[in-house]
Parts: sequence; C-alpha cells; structure tokens
Amino acid sequence: MNSYQSVISLFFFLLCISVSLSVELTFELPDNARECFYEEIESGTDFTVEFQVVTGGHYDIDFELIAPNKEVLYREVKKQYDSFSKKADVRGVYAACFSNEFSTFSHKLVYVDWQVGTEDPLPGLGEHLTAMTQMESSSHSLHENLNKVVDYQTHHRLRESQGRKRAEDLNERVFLWAVGETIAIIVIGIGQVVILRNFFSEKKPSQMMFS
Amino acid sequence: MQFLGISVIFVIYLSCVSGLYFHIAETERKCFIEEIPDETMVIGNYKVQLYDPRTGGFMPSSPGIGMHVEVKDPDDKVVLSRVYSSEGRFTFTSHTPGEHIICLYSNSTKWFSGTQLRVHLDIHVGEQTMDYAGIAQKEKLTELQLRVRQLLAQVDQINKEQNYQRIREERFRQTSESTNQRVLWWSLTQTAILLVMGAWQMRHLKKFFEAKKLV
Repeated sequence: MNSYQSVISLFFFLLCISVSLSVELTFELPDNARECFYEEIESGTDFTVEFQVVTGGHYDIDFELIAPNKEVLYREVKKQYDSFSKKADVRGVYAACFSNEFSTFSHKLVYVDWQVGTEDPLPGLGEHLTAMTQMESSSHSLHENLNKVVDYQTHHRLRESQGRKRAEDLNERVFLWAVGETIAIIVIGIGQVVILRNFFSEKKPSQMMFS
Repeated sequence: MQFLGISVIFVIYLSCVSGLYFHIAETERKCFIEEIPDETMVIGNYKVQLYDPRTGGFMPSSPGIGMHVEVKDPDDKVVLSRVYSSEGRFTFTSHTPGEHIICLYSNSTKWFSGTQLRVHLDIHVGEQTMDYAGIAQKEKLTELQLRVRQLLAQVDQINKEQNYQRIREERFRQTSESTNQRVLWWSLTQTAILLVMGAWQMRHLKKFFEAKKLV
C-alpha cells in the first residue's frame, strides 16, 4: 500500500512539474486599456518575457516589468517587439504590464511569451548521477535545437500574420474606396447638372428680357 | 485511508496549476487566440479565485464559481462550450488549421461588474500536451526511448506547422493578387465613368441651353 501510494504521488508530482514553466498567450488589448500578467517567481530563477504586436494601429505598445517591491525593472514605450531576461533577485510576484492608453481607436493584438526557469528534464532522465552517454547528450542537443526551430517558427508565423492581416485590410479598403468614389462621381455629376438647370429655370420676366 | 491519501495528492496536483495569472471582473469575458495547424491538441489548465474583501486578498479556493469555457474554430463554429468548476482543465483538438479563439468568463448572474477574479491560466499546444511520465510508465520505456518519442512528437508538430505555413502563404498571395486586380479594375472603370459622365453632362447642357434659346 505504501509503495503504491508513493508511486502515485511521484507520478502526480512529476505531472505537476511538467505543467507550469512556459506560457504563450495571444490576447487583444482594447484602446485605452492596460493589461497585466503576474507570475510568482522564486529568487535566483532566470525568466524571460517576450512580446510582439501582431495587428493594430502602428503596431506598438507600452511595456513595463514590475518587481515584487513595486520597482519598475524595465520600461519601453511604443515598441513593436521586445524581449527581456533577468535573474530574479527576490522571491515574489512579478508583473508584466501592457498599455494601449496612448491609442484612441486602434485595439492591438499582442503575443506574449513568459518563460520561467529552464525546462525540466524528462521524467527519469533527471535522476542520472553519472555523466550522459554520447547518445543521450546528442539527443539532448537535438531536443534543444528543435526547441529553437519551434521558436523561430512562432516568430515567423507572427510576422507573416502581421503582413497578411495588413494585406487583407488593404484589399477591403481598396474595394470600399472604389465603390464609394464611383457613387460620389455619379452623384456629383448628376447634381451639378441639376443645380445648373436650376439657375436657368427661374421664370422672372426681368431675366428673360435681359437675355 | 488510501482514498484520503490519493485525494490529498490530487489536491496537491491541482494546486500546482498556478503559473501565470491575471485579473478580470466577474462579468468580463477574456479571450485568447491560438493560431494552430490541424489535428493539434490543446490543453488548458485554469484556476479561479474570488476576491475576499475581508482580507483584501484572494481566497485560496472558491468552490462556488464556475467558469464558462468557449472555444471557436476559424470558421466561427463553436468547438467547445462548457461550464467547469472553479478549477479544471479543458481539452480540444483542432480539425481546421487557423485561429482558434478560447474565451473564459465566469457563470456569474450579475448584470454589472461585481468583484474581481484572479484567473490562473496555462495553455499547452501540440507536443507540449504529451504526458511523458504517463507514457514512460505505461509502455515501460527507457530514458533514451522516451527522449526519442519526444523528438518524434516535436518533429511531427514542426511538420504540421510548416504545412500550415504553406496554406497561409497561399492565402496571403491570393489576397495580394486580388488587391492588384481590384486596383486595376477600379482605375479603368473610374476613367470610363468620368469620360461618360463628362460627355453626358455636355450633351445634356447643350440640349438644355438650345431649348432655352441661349445658345
């Protein structure tokens, strides 16, 4: 009964570890809004916050990283893309705040990636006391390279998304502009003729005698 | 006794879901966008805490609130729409590649803002959803075999993403070509309309002035 319970507890414990380390979110920040994300970090842990504005206005946003003692560790105004890494000095809740308060009508789509600590080793791999064999170390470096590939893919996807949404916007605007301008020309053309006819249609005897 | 032990461990597991968190009002709806290829599994873990005005902090667990999770696929069709308890996990698998929108809001019946809620959220996509500990235990894999399994899953995910990238690039190209066509048609049509308008105006006015015996 004891060993069964310890196996179950180890299972859930390892499952717990595999769940929490890196979060990527894409959210919409309305105009004049401010949104903060908080994370509880132990002291001595490295963490990285990265963000990219995908759509909206001039593709820029204000960013602030606030330490648990309310000190502003990093502040950037109107940035499109940025990445900030730090080793946490104190244990506590760190806040990453995004502000779109300078914009009056464009809401922004923001991608944020917060990584805390390094990735945990696979279950079972971490318990090695001896050095890794060549097979294990090359598979480990394969894994790290693939992580980088996934990271590059994400950035490529965000950039492509930015370009594509701009192109779709442009397409729609060109269509609306063309239709609008055609209607305006027709209305103005007919309107000019009607107004001109109006000038000459007043049946005043004095005018008729004059002409 | 055994049941108590397992339930304690389960509670420990659930309490470790806290990673990133943010605040929303009780009636507010918060949405996140996940752009994913098809046949990709997404797992989200969340925990909601209610603001406690007595202590000025958040209650460690608030069993009364429920959280409504709604997931829409790129064609605006609802993939998942369920109310979960204050703490839980939701899972869905995408069948169309594109932007899936995950919306969270509490099932509060109030009409205006109400209290603040603290929502802990964790979203895992694709290869990150694999439960390596469980697989290792079930299939009795060695560490190296488990690592190879992980690499296979990662490469599979990369492959799907590249495929999706091709589809997106095609869509982008079609949009640009459509814009090109529209600009061309617009300039030709507008020139034609201006000429026709001008000709009609002159003819009409000439007939009008001739009728008025001014010309």
